[in-house]
Amino acid sequence: MERKTKVIAEEGKQYLTITREFDLPVELLFKAYEDPEIVSQWMGTKVIKLENKQHGSWQFETSDAKGNVVFQAHGTIHEFIPGQKIIRTFEMLNAGFDVQLEFLEFEKLTEETSRLNIHTVYKTPALRDEMLKLPFAYGINMAHDRLQEVQAQFIR
Amino acid sequence: MDLRRDVFQAIADPTRRAILTLVAIQAMTPGAIAEQFDSSRQTISKHIQILTECELLKQEQNGREIYYHFNPKKMKEIADFIEPFRTMWDDRFNKLESIMKKYKTKK
Repeated sequence: MERKTKVIAEEGKQYLTITREFDLPVELLFKAYEDPEIVSQWMGTKVIKLENKQHGSWQFETSDAKGNVVFQAHGTIHEFIPGQKIIRTFEMLNAGFDVQLEFLEFEKLTEETSRLNIHTVYKTPALRDEMLKLPFAYGINMAHDRLQEVQAQFIR
Repeated sequence: MDLRRDVFQAIADPTRRAILTLVAIQAMTPGAIAEQFDSSRQTISKHIQILTECELLKQEQNGREIYYHFNPKKMKEIADFIEPFRTMWDDRFNKLESIMKKYKTKK
């Protein structure tokens, strides 16, 4: 299968681009970013607040099975043009990554397909690379957990 | 038992990371590697086996001795940290797409 999501992150730069084409009309793609309930479904996080307007703000929160908050993020919305564009800030709480600026462009390709371009600007190239490594580090942790499970089976 | 090894599993262990660091500087025999650690030779040998299985280390016969070399090509795969980031977004967007397709038919 062709890879639909492209990530371009040039070395030494403090920005990156994520591009994805969808088998969805652009209105539906935009709706997935606009509707708090739908956002929470595909992002896998609780949407505390999502004010889709200029000068509005948003707030996400994820808890584990025990109810401990494991992820918190927030930001403000700078520009909101339905079906076309969202400009917003994004910051994870207690993560030390500082604020990032996101430009989301929703593009109509055909009646039934669309494209999303996300251009994200970080404070420094180093912070961008740290952010890129997050899922990588998560992968290592997962592998480590899997290893421990395997080891636990041996002990039993 | 034969576990399918992947590089991420391999580098999840601190001893194995230490072995990689050593061998990256110069090719070494299993004995020379084991001397650097307090663990038993057998334990270190097991770690070397895992690193070899996932191609982070390469064996080379030199006379009677086997030398282990570091395989930078495999390490580059790990260093290519954009891939997990891309996969994460790809998964999210796949989910978005299927949710919205259902949403569309519901309407």
